[in-house]
Amino acid sequence: MNPDLLARLRRFAAELRASIIVMNCHAGSGHPGGSLSCVEIVSWLFDQEMRFSPENMADPDRDRFILSKGHSCLALYAALAEKGFFSKDAFRSLRHVDGMLQGHPDRLKTPGVEFNSGSLGQGFSFALGCALGAKRAGRRSRAYALLGDGELGEGQVWEACMFAAHHALDNLVAVVDYNKFQSDDLCTRITALEPLAAKFAAFGWHVLEIDGHDFREIANAFARARAMAGRPTVIIAHTVKGKGVSFMEGVPKWHGSLCPSGEERACALRECGLTEAL
Amino acid sequence: MENMRDAFGKALTRLAGQRDDFVVLDADVAGGTGTHHFRAAYPDRFIQCAIAEQNMFSMAAGLASTGVIPIVTCYGVFASMRALEQARNSIAYPGFKVIIAASHLGLDVGPDGATHQALEDIAIYRAVPGIQVVSPADPHELASVLPRLLDGDSPVYLRTGRSPLPDVFAPDTAFDHGRAQVLHEGRDTAILAVGVMVHRAVAAARRLQDEGVGCRVLNMSWLKPMDEAAVLAAARETGALVTCEDHNKYGGLGGAVAEIVGEGHPVPLRRVAIQDVYGESGDPDDLAAKYGLTTDHIMAAVRAVLRRKG
Repeated sequence: MNPDLLARLRRFAAELRASIIVMNCHAGSGHPGGSLSCVEIVSWLFDQEMRFSPENMADPDRDRFILSKGHSCLALYAALAEKGFFSKDAFRSLRHVDGMLQGHPDRLKTPGVEFNSGSLGQGFSFALGCALGAKRAGRRSRAYALLGDGELGEGQVWEACMFAAHHALDNLVAVVDYNKFQSDDLCTRITALEPLAAKFAAFGWHVLEIDGHDFREIANAFARARAMAGRPTVIIAHTVKGKGVSFMEGVPKWHGSLCPSGEERACALRECGLTEAL
Repeated sequence: MENMRDAFGKALTRLAGQRDDFVVLDADVAGGTGTHHFRAAYPDRFIQCAIAEQNMFSMAAGLASTGVIPIVTCYGVFASMRALEQARNSIAYPGFKVIIAASHLGLDVGPDGATHQALEDIAIYRAVPGIQVVSPADPHELASVLPRLLDGDSPVYLRTGRSPLPDVFAPDTAFDHGRAQVLHEGRDTAILAVGVMVHRAVAAARRLQDEGVGCRVLNMSWLKPMDEAAVLAAARETGALVTCEDHNKYGGLGGAVAEIVGEGHPVPLRRVAIQDVYGESGDPDDLAAKYGLTTDHIMAAVRAVLRRKG
């Protein structure tokens, strides 16, 4: 990866992290941990991978991003603002009455949101519908679904896995934000996911496993997904919950329902490389 | 007399020759829902989703987002319970135009027994914002309403059915969809019926006519939004109501009518419905007799409500 692109992506990711912290503080609640863990994946998708912009939102050929782990919508809203779907002023409305930004994504309220995700498993199936619809219509549109690791407990996910492989949806990419924590505890202490890659492979998927914070690995994985014919691809992205904010990294309480104090906010923004208030 | 599932499958097939804007999704019950007729004629527009209703419902929303209208088909218990949350959060809340078509409703299911007899689906779907609930009374109304639903803007829960039903309507009936049709006129009481109970209600009204009791019969196929004006007019003009449904007594047609007249024009009301119990295996007519859903039961309910009318 050329150094200019890498620098650009790192700036993009830093902006997203800062936006996530700022939104979290405006709302007084939300899900910062799982939003921070998927920042590099979301940055790559929105800045490099997808044909998706405010100008082509009505174009049936546009690529679709479905945040199946809808609670991590801080990352989605940050990316949409960064790409110009709405102003960062909207961050103040998050989780407030009449707000454009809901606690979980709402396509009817927020420009750029494709689906009302949040009930886990459903966004993934929705993405299958997008991919199947594109194939049936002969369109080049691709669908990208971002799932949480805890989300894989939903039976619907494995229904979708069987369908997508059987129907050879090679225009579908699922990314698992494998940050190892779900709401209550470590995934390994709830129901073990491993061997995760083998599970997806057994369901007929093309499986890639990467460091979900390394842009070179991310770029390479999405390129390999694009080149794969006849099978859907899953990218198992190993990530750190709360990534980039020292006091949140790997600390379960930052899954949701709280926000940083004023001091923590300043510290978090500093660690993201940004000190200006948004 | 044609069974409702065959009528549904054949109506879809005829419609597919006239418009190419819809596809049919199935959860491995095509022979049960009648969509095997469609599959045979239009295999490219038939999507087999396997026994995985939850994925099917959410995926249908994704398909709808690409500009095609999915008609999602399965049995009533699965459409209204197993995949209900997908219907709510993937279809109704985001506002995707998906038609959920459910066969196998109530005791009309017959020998398959209680696991497959949906007694709750009207109550359940009435409670979900943003989705219409429609239950045609015979094959002609079913065939007529399909293009109307495809042309509409809203997601729909469409109750098709299973058993053969006698014609309630003439084949060339011009329906005013959304309105409750008066199928028999009378001033003493009004019988409001839905689905398989409509032809029984008409038969009850004819027999009561011979006894000197005049019944207005209304076909309440539009369960949501309901024709409230017709319900209130029936309450005002007859002073007593009987509701009839092959559904549990709570939250269905009877519940909806009670809500409307309770707020708008209270009158004595009797509900002919399943009395909050599960069904069992048996011939549909035998089950109707055992669980209180026959023409005789409707007539008894009319006589009872007339006594209260005073």
